[in-house]
Amino acid sequence: MIEFSLWDIIRHLLVGGAWTVALSLIAFISGGIVGLMVLIARISPRPLFARLAKAYIEFFQDTPLLMQLFLIFFGIGLLGVDISPLLTAALGLTLFTSAYLAEIWRGCVESIAHGQWEAGESLALSRWQQMRFVILPQAVRIAIPPTVGFSVQVVKGTAVTSIIGFMEITKTGSMISNATFRPLLVYGLVAVGYFIICFPLSALARQIERRLHAACSR
Amino acid sequence: MSYQFSIEPIISNWEVFVEGALMTLLLTGLGSAIGIAAGILGAVSRAWKLRVLYPVYTVYVECIRNTPFLVQLYFIFFGLPAMGVKLSGWEASFLAMALNLGAYSTEIIRAGVMSVPRGQLEAAESLALSRWQTFRFVILRPALKNVWPALCSQVIIVMLGSAVCSQVAAQELTYAANLIQSRTFRAFEIYAFSTLMYLLLALAVRKFLHEIGRRYIDGRTA
Repeated sequence: MIEFSLWDIIRHLLVGGAWTVALSLIAFISGGIVGLMVLIARISPRPLFARLAKAYIEFFQDTPLLMQLFLIFFGIGLLGVDISPLLTAALGLTLFTSAYLAEIWRGCVESIAHGQWEAGESLALSRWQQMRFVILPQAVRIAIPPTVGFSVQVVKGTAVTSIIGFMEITKTGSMISNATFRPLLVYGLVAVGYFIICFPLSALARQIERRLHAACSR
Repeated sequence: MSYQFSIEPIISNWEVFVEGALMTLLLTGLGSAIGIAAGILGAVSRAWKLRVLYPVYTVYVECIRNTPFLVQLYFIFFGLPAMGVKLSGWEASFLAMALNLGAYSTEIIRAGVMSVPRGQLEAAESLALSRWQTFRFVILRPALKNVWPALCSQVIIVMLGSAVCSQVAAQELTYAANLIQSRTFRAFEIYAFSTLMYLLLALAVRKFLHEIGRRYIDGRTA
């Protein structure tokens, strides 16, 4: 058996932590792009698009992330293509993130008074121009705190990808724990790792929200 | 490669699926009951800054909300035995779910408690309601009514999160799916079907909670 010093454990966890951060960034950025498309479909005046987007959002919000990952992992395997855990994790988390962000952002867009759309229309702006120049600039402001807050959920979601074998911090932790028989220490450190990533994000979300609130009530 | 979608492994194992789904529901029901009770206590201690409970709950809420459920579960199941607390997979899952929901519902219910206007408390006092009566009828009920939809969503999130409890051998729906998968090697069908079951469970639980809210939280209904 190899001896692990405390420093060895931390060193390995840091590598896993880097993968957690990388995967979270991939999921958040690509999820944001897909989420924007889902949002546009969701608030589209065409009922078919709106309904499809609604079904998409409900599917991802009402089924476990783990099942979504399993379906991608085994579903794509059926097509005869071998898919790596990283690709599965990135794809699964992107879809998951996009559904939640689309729904969060829909709330923000709908909180903009309807008269704003009408004002845009009376200025002969196309629907896309109304969205781009009138609604989005206002909605983005409201959307920042819940979006930052949701990024915490994305980071925590990456933990589930350890089950399909992606080597992020949780998977690294369980391997080290099995090798060293020190689960309390190792999982404690893993939890601290997540806390270090997530706490600043939640604090930031709270702070922006407070500032926005103060600005609105002034 | 030609692939034939086969429904046979699902039909021949339906009892295992149903058993797993019932276990998921049981886990969710027990976990939510304790979690929401902990949340009510937490909301009150956080909203009114009670002396000992306030700092305890603040630390607890921040720790739980900023770490993944899976890590909390591993910490309880694999970590605690080193401290002499040995729990079965079932007990660990239940405890983790209650702890997790407790932290989230603390924040949700606190928002509700703080949304009760001060004048309501003064009104209750002028009606000579006891402290307990004031708490029950003037604070808790309107607070829960305001945040009930958010609380329902959180219960659903915790239920879906319980899919990872299969990792500590709690025999819920995902455990059942894994078991059948390892017997039949029909991974895609099995997981597609269990995903569908989770979807139906989520819809059913949402409807059930909505009904509870309508009957017992909203108050007088015809």
